[in-house]
Amino acid sequence: MTRPELDTRVDTPLPNPVRPAFERGARDESVVVNIGPSHPATHGTIQVIAALDGEKVERVDVHCGYLHRGFEKECEDHTWHNLIPYVDRLNYCSGLINDFAYCEAVETLLGVEITPRCRYLRTLLSEYSRIADHLTCVAASLMELGAMTAFLYLVMIRDYIYEHLADLTGARVTYTYGRIGGLARDLPVGWLKRLAEILDQYEVFVARIHGLMDRNRIFIDRTRDVGVISTADAINWGFTGPILRSTGAPRDLRKDTPYLAYGELDFDVPVGIKGDNYDRYYVRMREMDESVYMIRQLMDMLPEGPLNVDDRRCTLPEKRLVYTEIESLINHFKLIMDGPDVPAGEVYTAHEAPNGELGFYLVSTGGGTPYKFHVRSPSFVHMGGVQRLLEGYQLADIIPTFGSVNMIGGECDR
Amino acid sequence: MTPAILDLLQRELVPPDGEASISHRVLVLTVPPAEVLRIARRMASEFRFDLFLDVTAIDWPHRTPRFDVVYHFYSTVHMIRVRLKTRVPEADPTVDSLVSLYGAAHFMERECHDMYGIVFRGNPDLRPILLYEGFVGHPLRKDYRKDQEQPLVPYRT
Repeated sequence: MTRPELDTRVDTPLPNPVRPAFERGARDESVVVNIGPSHPATHGTIQVIAALDGEKVERVDVHCGYLHRGFEKECEDHTWHNLIPYVDRLNYCSGLINDFAYCEAVETLLGVEITPRCRYLRTLLSEYSRIADHLTCVAASLMELGAMTAFLYLVMIRDYIYEHLADLTGARVTYTYGRIGGLARDLPVGWLKRLAEILDQYEVFVARIHGLMDRNRIFIDRTRDVGVISTADAINWGFTGPILRSTGAPRDLRKDTPYLAYGELDFDVPVGIKGDNYDRYYVRMREMDESVYMIRQLMDMLPEGPLNVDDRRCTLPEKRLVYTEIESLINHFKLIMDGPDVPAGEVYTAHEAPNGELGFYLVSTGGGTPYKFHVRSPSFVHMGGVQRLLEGYQLADIIPTFGSVNMIGGECDR
Repeated sequence: MTPAILDLLQRELVPPDGEASISHRVLVLTVPPAEVLRIARRMASEFRFDLFLDVTAIDWPHRTPRFDVVYHFYSTVHMIRVRLKTRVPEADPTVDSLVSLYGAAHFMERECHDMYGIVFRGNPDLRPILLYEGFVGHPLRKDYRKDQEQPLVPYRT
């Protein structure tokens, strides 16, 4: 095979993947700068084109899509079970919540009701994932402001959680642990004991973060009154999750439309006052405390009993039976090769993901693969309104504001 | 669930040639494309559906009209969701944009335009968003082959 001649001339114009919304700023002195897509502070791949007046950001044009991998197209070509590893990779900081939201959507279409143990365990693991996600977000945005110690403390706890979840699921980040109608496996021996230890450790280290950051002059100067948004604006631009709550609106799907076991739990919805970066930091910190409180309740509530529903349409038969009886062998074969036979219909299921409302809109025409698969990902919607948080502030404020929005490329670009 | 508001919505919002049903605890309204903006405006102003969740489309290549455009709305007052569906033909896949009601519609309509080629009349900015400038076709249409590639820069071999 001959290698085609690489064009090394400097003047060859490479095609530009984006067309900026503006070529020049409002005034003659304005400067247009390009930030990203490959920049350490863009959390993956996002491009911000900003018109600057001195150091002040006049106007921004946000481009996402550099991580687009045809997720929704690919999903139309695989069985319902096979999609679980894919949805893991949407928000890769809290893969379990994606799993459970997706599984619940398919279970709704199938008309399957999960077992009590599975319901409580999913709730517990959702909250555990939320802690890991918020730790990542807070740690990364603090590090971008220079707080290396805070970063290391938080990431240490997150690593305990990752290792602990690896004991349960076999993977640190992309767990593939949800199953339609249940979960992949039950808790290993001693898992809850270690969970209690990690939660105690969490409290020690998060108390240190509060001590380091809350009244820290530098931190307050960089975050207070920066990236402010009002409740009405936040709702108009589709913001959900901690960003909406930081404006003072106690909107949380776990309270408003309770799913899983949230209706039986006692917890508060922390809200901010001004909707600035500091409030978003604090709302996330307080939400983690609430998650710990919920996990402790759930550890006591967790009932014994079966983990998976006894429904041959979606649950794989026991391996022992697959090897010994023909019915189970065929059942296993059909579920793997054809996929679960999901009745025709459409469903929208939303869970409160760490970043906001994560919705799955699925359309089935019957059979083993979805006809249409759409994700309402909070990050993508937030990128549609992020210019409201950036415009009018300093160029350097883009970094903490962007960190506090916690854009996750995997779910933004799909 | 507040059934009273759902009854009210069904009675008030569905035009004579529309349909309404409840599917998996979501109220589904099917309306003609010309009615979308009017109904969305009433939902936003009279019935407090303040959060625009989502817009996407479904491609039914063997059906006329070919596309369903599907909207989801949420009310932070009533805590319920409503799905609004409309059908547009392949020859003129146009609906009115909702950017005058919801800021969030800007980005989501751009994505739907990217993926299905639905034209949102009144959206000032339908540049590609997940795709790139110069991309040909609409990848989530059923007649776009999954393995079709359009690299912007030729692959190195």
